Amino acid sequence: MSPRAACRLDTLGFSQVYDYMPGKVDWLARNLPVEGTDAGAPLIGRHLRDEVVTAAPDEPIADVRACVAASPHSFALVTTADRVLLGRLRGTHLDHADANAVTAEVMEAGPSTLRPHEPVDAVRAHLVDKGHAYAIVTDPDGRLLGTVHADDLM
Amino acid sequence: MTTIGYPELRRLLDQGTQLVEVLPVEEYAEMHLPGAVNIPLKTLDAATTTDLDRGRPVVVYCWDGL
Repeated sequence: MSPRAACRLDTLGFSQVYDYMPGKVDWLARNLPVEGTDAGAPLIGRHLRDEVVTAAPDEPIADVRACVAASPHSFALVTTADRVLLGRLRGTHLDHADANAVTAEVMEAGPSTLRPHEPVDAVRAHLVDKGHAYAIVTDPDGRLLGTVHADDLM
Repeated sequence: MTTIGYPELRRLLDQGTQLVEVLPVEEYAEMHLPGAVNIPLKTLDAATTTDLDRGRPVVVYCWDGL
């Protein structure tokens, strides 16, 4: 729809016309603010936690293990310097991996993620149904926004 | 007309671009980008665009470009 609108503006004589083709869904998926009657709708982006331990792909497991031990969660997420999600280190990975290994060698690559504009009710039901305690939330560029936890959605 | 992604949109917004949602009125009323005005595609013509400044950039968007 927006490409047609942009062409229409061109024909009307507007000379600086841009089409944000990724659109409103892209904006919402970045957890950016909106206006309107549904601006306060219950979406998981409002329940994000950012205290989960993150580690670089070349970080030693021993270092990550220490950080996780001091955190409220039993897992860590592996990201690039600009927070693109690469993988997850579950508690079992951390417990059994060689302390001298680096995270990229041990992590579960490409874990499933959600976008922040998913409805709370649907995500809560999904997590409960699957027996998951949390989900990882990223933006359309794969950057980590945080985690959402089933207990926070009750 | 130029197609842009979020980084370019951010830059244009920081420069004070005009933002136009072309979805129907009901969808705009429910949720729209901050500062956007609504000119539904079906009503987009010379009369409904008189409030837009032709000397400044205009960014249009819908739900997902389709």
